[in-house]
Parts: sequence; structure tokens; C-alpha cells
Amino acid sequence: MSDQSSVEILTEWDIVAARQLGRNVAKELGFGTVDQARITTAISELARNIYLYAGQGRIEIQQLTENGMKGILIIAADSGPGIPDVRKVMEDGFTTSGGLGAGLPGVKRLMDDFKIETIQGEGTDIRATKWLR
Amino acid sequence: MPQHIEAQYQEILNEYVKKQTEQNLYVGQNFSRQLILENISPEEVISMHKAAIRELYSDLPDVVWHSFDFLIEMMINYGLALQERQSLLKRQEELKVEMDLAANVQETLLKTKLPSLDGLDIGLLSIPAKKMNGDYIYFVSDYDGYAGVAVADVIGKGLPAALCMSMIKFGMDSLNSSHALPKDVLGVINRIVEKSVDDSMFVSMFYANYDAGAASLTYGSAGHEPAILYRANTGEFDELEAKGLLLGVSPAAVYEEHSVTLEKGDMVIMMTDGVTEGRTEEGFIEREVIYKLIEQKKEQPAQAIVQHVYDELERMQNAELQDDFTLVVYKKV
Repeated sequence: MSDQSSVEILTEWDIVAARQLGRNVAKELGFGTVDQARITTAISELARNIYLYAGQGRIEIQQLTENGMKGILIIAADSGPGIPDVRKVMEDGFTTSGGLGAGLPGVKRLMDDFKIETIQGEGTDIRATKWLR
Repeated sequence: MPQHIEAQYQEILNEYVKKQTEQNLYVGQNFSRQLILENISPEEVISMHKAAIRELYSDLPDVVWHSFDFLIEMMINYGLALQERQSLLKRQEELKVEMDLAANVQETLLKTKLPSLDGLDIGLLSIPAKKMNGDYIYFVSDYDGYAGVAVADVIGKGLPAALCMSMIKFGMDSLNSSHALPKDVLGVINRIVEKSVDDSMFVSMFYANYDAGAASLTYGSAGHEPAILYRANTGEFDELEAKGLLLGVSPAAVYEEHSVTLEKGDMVIMMTDGVTEGRTEEGFIEREVIYKLIEQKKEQPAQAIVQHVYDELERMQNAELQDDFTLVVYKKV
């Protein structure tokens, strides 16, 4: 079962809208304050990447129910240039040293599950899940 | 978060709120160590703090609770930075283990056997400044009265230098002759290095071949530190130089070679610039200093001489080796 809603990312203000959407869903699912902050930080990071590197894209938030567990799924999708070296951007110290914030390794740490698919010239699709404990 | 930690935090906090003593703060500090050990992130600590305060003072105004939520949000990136640091430390530890392994492999790979020749006493010492040695010694001898030695210094240190050295070793192995002439040896190794190594890496090398039958030493140099010749009957020191470009600069480089005949007690001392370019508080170490050190032990076996020179130079530099240090002594006995 899943319930979905999404925000188009075009301007920096859309990042805030994506955060708000994520927070509402996280709250509704019953995540505590700390996890809400983690989920919104992850959304922020993914939305910011779209805004900075792809120009435009979409953040989608889904509620998940699987084997009696509830969770939240963030999908960040864009049709931007793609990431040339995924291994590199997933390395610790690669993005953060440039002062770009938590980076993708940060998103992976904030969430329970993280998947990335990127094709050069076609775009990037990132899916990150956090389960309610 | 484990419940016993929350309970303990509340108790420690409560003690402090009741009585602001240094003792209570000290207890708190020790507790924070435990939190770090258990991987409790900053945002969790604040959340725990908020819960503890709510338990103790539930009637505080909303502004206080909102401010804690704000602080939790603020701490998320600090928590990430902490986790990243831990993962980088782990990675660093892994790299260190890998480097240790590589240094061991290098040691095994580059092992060389000291020739044993009647009338020739050989001393050798090679000490790396870092884990991997950028100096390389290779002996060529097949018990037919010849003892060849290559003393090479890869410009640059550490891992890249070590990789480059394996190449020299295999080049030397492929020659497989203890009477190869220095100019030919240097020529072959030069072409190998020139082909296989990028332009930023150079190797200097001294190659000498001792013919026990004629008691003569033939030598050539590829931009390497001159060797020292000690004459026992006059007590004089001289430099053994031969013209030739560093290895890897040009495939067309040609190398000179010269010969000297050794009398009983004469010595040839070959080295890398880690020996001569050591720095003391007064400046570079002069060649005369090295001459003096050799002279002090001239009656001793070759190994005792190299050890003495190393010990004294190390002492002069306050045990801080700037560069890889290699010394080889051929002493006619």
C-alpha cells in the first residue's frame, strides 16, 4: 500500500515545500522529532541537489506499509545530466570537503535504505526509505 | 536509544539542576564519554535532554519545547559530520594496515642476497624515512668472481617510488649476468624506466661491478651521487664520478664507465643522497664529515663501518631521518 504526493523542484523555495510535505507525512506516520528532522534533512539535501545540478525535477513522498511495518519513501527524480561518477559522490569526504553539506552519503546515513540510479545525459533517480520503529 | 541511558541522563541532569557543583558537572562529562562510545548522536542527546526536562518540569512554556526542536534540527548535520569522521577514521586505519602489508611485500619482493666473494667484504644498510623505501639495492652475483651492485634512488618517496622500484628489479633480473658492463646495465634500465614510467618520475642509479680476479671495480652512474673511494696506503678520499643522465629522461642517453683497481684495505662507499643531504642545525652534512666517520672505523669490518656512519649521522640529525638512507661499502681485504 502506498499513498503519494509530490513537489516539483524549480526554485529554492520548492525545497522548503518538499521539506514541509515530508515533515507532514513523517509526523502523520508517527516519527519522533529526531527522525522527522533526519527525514526532512534528507529531503532538503536531495531537493537541493536537484535545484543545483539538474535545474529541475521532482520530490515524491510515499507512505509505505510492508510486513506490518510503516515507513516513508522519498523519491528524488530529475532529467538532468546524471552523475558521472557515482562511486565518487558516495565516498565520504568528497562532497562535504567542498562545503556542500551532508551530500549523498549523508542522505544514506539519515535513512534506512538508499538506492541510486543515474544515467549520463538522462537523469537521476534516488529512492530513500526510513522505517518506523 | 537505550532506556537505561535516558534514565541515567535524567538523574545526572536532575542532580545538577538541584545543585550546581563541579562534582555534578564532572559526572556529566564522564557520562558524555559513554554516550560517544555508544554512538549516540548530538540530536539524540538534545532529544533526550528535552524528554528529561519535560519529565522534571512539565509546566515550562511552549517556547522552551520549540527551542529544543529547533536545536535538534540544528544538530542533524553535526551528527552526520561525526559519523563521517568515524567512517573516515576506520578507512584510515584500513589504509594503514594496507600500507603495512605493502611494505612487507616490498621487503620480500626486493630482497637481495649479499654476494660472498674471497677478498671482498661488503657492508649494507638501507633505512626508509617513511614506511616504503625509495632507495633500492640490488646485488648481482653468481659465484664466478664478480659482485655487481646497483644503488638506485627513485626521486619521490613512498608508494609510487616503491612501484617503480619493482620495475628496476625485474629489469636487473632480466639481464641475469654478473659480468654485465655498467654502461650496458644503465642503458637497459634507462630504456625500461623511460618506457614505463610517467615523465614526473626519475631514478638515479649507480652501478658497480667488482671483478675479484683483477681486483678492479668498474662503475657507471645515471645522475647518481658520486661514490667515495678510500685509499688505505695514503689515507686519502676521492670521488668516483661518471657522466650519465638520470634514468627515464631520454631513451638515447649513453652512460660512461670507468675502472679503479683496489688494493688491500681500499674501500668504495656507495650511497644515496639521503646520506649526504641530511640536515643538522648547522646545515647540510659535509662530505668531509662522512670521510671522518669512515676513517674512524677503517680497520673494522664493512658492516661495522656502515652502521657507525648511520648511527653518527642519525645522532647529528636528532634521529629525524629526512630521506631514505642507504649506504653500501665494498672493502678489499
